[in-house]
Amino acid sequence: MINGDELKHTVSVLVDNEPGVLARVIGLISGRGYNIDSLTVAEVDAEKHISRITIVAPGSEETVNKMISQLERLVPVKKAVNVTYEKKGIEREMALVKIVSTGEKRVESMRLSEVFRAKVIDTTHDSFVFELNGSPRKIDAFVDLMKPLGLSEVSRTGVVAIARGTEKM
Amino acid sequence: MVNMQLTGAQMVLKALEDQQVDTIFGYPGGAVLPIYDELAKDKESNKPIRHFLVRHEQGASHAAEGYARSSGKVGVLLVTSGPGVTNAVTGLTDAMMDSIPLVCISGQVPTHLIGTDAFQECDAVGITRPCTKHNWLVKDINDLSRILHEAFYVASNGRPGPVLVDIPKDIQFQTGTYIGPDTVKHKSYRPKLKANIDKIDEALKLIVNAEKPIFYTGGGVINSGNAAVQLLREFVRLTGFPITSTLQGLGAFPGDDNQFVGMLGMHGTYEANMAMNKCDLMINVGARFDDRITGKIDEFSPNSKKIHIDIDPSSINKVIPVEVGLNGDVAHVLEDAIKLWKSKVYKVNKPAVKNWWKQIDKWRKTNSLHFKEDKKTIKPQYAIQRLYELTKDSDAFITTEVGQHQMWAAQHYKFNKPNRWITSGSLGTMGFGLPAAIGVQVAHPDKLVIDIAGEASILMCMQEMSTALQHKLPVKVFIINNQYMGMVRQWQELLHDKRYSHSYTDALPDFVKLAEAYGAKGIRVDKPEDLDKSIKEMINYDGPVIFDCIVDQNENVFPMIPSGKAHNEMLLGNETEKEEISDEGKALL
Repeated sequence: MINGDELKHTVSVLVDNEPGVLARVIGLISGRGYNIDSLTVAEVDAEKHISRITIVAPGSEETVNKMISQLERLVPVKKAVNVTYEKKGIEREMALVKIVSTGEKRVESMRLSEVFRAKVIDTTHDSFVFELNGSPRKIDAFVDLMKPLGLSEVSRTGVVAIARGTEKM
Repeated sequence: MVNMQLTGAQMVLKALEDQQVDTIFGYPGGAVLPIYDELAKDKESNKPIRHFLVRHEQGASHAAEGYARSSGKVGVLLVTSGPGVTNAVTGLTDAMMDSIPLVCISGQVPTHLIGTDAFQECDAVGITRPCTKHNWLVKDINDLSRILHEAFYVASNGRPGPVLVDIPKDIQFQTGTYIGPDTVKHKSYRPKLKANIDKIDEALKLIVNAEKPIFYTGGGVINSGNAAVQLLREFVRLTGFPITSTLQGLGAFPGDDNQFVGMLGMHGTYEANMAMNKCDLMINVGARFDDRITGKIDEFSPNSKKIHIDIDPSSINKVIPVEVGLNGDVAHVLEDAIKLWKSKVYKVNKPAVKNWWKQIDKWRKTNSLHFKEDKKTIKPQYAIQRLYELTKDSDAFITTEVGQHQMWAAQHYKFNKPNRWITSGSLGTMGFGLPAAIGVQVAHPDKLVIDIAGEASILMCMQEMSTALQHKLPVKVFIINNQYMGMVRQWQELLHDKRYSHSYTDALPDFVKLAEAYGAKGIRVDKPEDLDKSIKEMINYDGPVIFDCIVDQNENVFPMIPSGKAHNEMLLGNETEKEEISDEGKALL
């Protein structure tokens, strides 16, 4: 929750993977004055050349519904659906987190990473790179905890989402 | 359809032929020379494509719009790379905003030079992405014919709009396989034509129960085609409800019919706006609650339920929330609605509607389009009234530029048929009218085509007079000349304490001599008593005419709903005593 009815919404968009499609989506979002927090895109059907774009956007339900209708006007957009976690969606994000520290701080970061089930994928005597999967909130929490322990850099993928159960987009 | 081997340039012409295109507007240049070369060869074929050479690519885009708006067909333009495309952008944007189907074919530098800042290179698909419905850069000769057919499909289906196909010069020279339109099916774009029948029934039940209903119709009716126009007329007559129209919808319902209460919106009639404000049911057919229509959003028709028919689902609930949204094509939805109405033997609440008409007739008595006639100077409204009276029986086509003259034309020229009124509504493009008139005249060579212009607007695309002469297109330019950018002056008078900042045009050309310089006829009139005779002279002249009608400089367009005000707060004619307009209102356009 941001404030009042301003939620973060996660919107999945299926598009024909053709040149310029991402520019069209982004152009529409900025041109019509919508804000976005994150956007991820990758091809999900190599045979049919379909890509899936996941957009996290703050705003009221009404605003996001308008954005969805506008997205569906784009010729290469096949479908756009609100798959927000609060409804029925599953959201995941991956992060790579670099910690540069020694001594007790270094040990503490290692200990906390186990609590979060983060993996160590690179280490030196003075650093770790953790790989962490989970909801955006879990990653936020981990990053916060790492701040006093030598947090150096964070790289996040942005959210990907899918609906629960048998439902297909 | 046999797959044949053609060069890219040949494919363009073949695709145009297969799409039943016989007319294009364009301007040659380096990156489209192979296509122009084919046009030269095509001249010897038995059904050559007619190419109309304009004087500026903006003219090509507006001419294609005029052609499309007046004929219901797709307008086609051919321009070169770089400045050719950028000059066409205004017309593409205009077509995008008013939902006009255009196909713009542009040349591009050869593929190996793309991205190198080559001579006359620009990122055409990047520049036109927000101002087209869709666009393509063709990088493989074997995609070209498919893309061209898809372009026509996308432009004309769903909510119509302009598309652009950018073809690099090397692709125009290469040879590849041409496929015909029958074998091309767009992989994903399938606009919905029919609305949910239960929802239509829900809408009809609202209509049955309505006591103070009104039809509010827009350009969507005209875009949907003649069937939609006929069905709308049938449905409106069936119900006996009053009907108003947006600027773009004029002509869908006869302008001189008693059920028509006039145009609504910022410069609409008192009765139309009051009826919109006080109605209990609004039936929006192919309009989109534009800000020129709604005025202040939170006081827009506060007590009504609303039905909205629109082919574009994103228009429904975009600005004004509605009770019943019917997403579909106007003709399809109205056809289903009328069938259902008849099969269920629905009836309207006649006594209530009769009372409603009594109220509307009271508002009508305000006679909000009234103006004071003058013996000495020509009132602009009078000029348009006379033009209407003297041309109404000749099935004339009217285009306009943008400004006061446009609003007066919309108010005082009555349209009884669709596609006769061609104006730049949403984008408000000064310079639109003359090239648009050229496009209209091309589509209707034997009809009277008049561009009702202002002396400021006309100068923006004046060069197209030369096009009219070259192609023997007898368009008439009827200039309402008040020496001001009239609408700018009007707003400065009402909102900026009469500080007329840069809205007066000194050093105007002598329009009569200008006409003569182009080889057209020039007529000037400044006395009311000479008006009729001169208008007749203009109509009867076989060739292009520039008619310089010198009018009262101080006349304003009334009624007017100032920005940020509600429908029932409209200003009527000469009682414009300084009603304070809030700063918030001034900030609105």
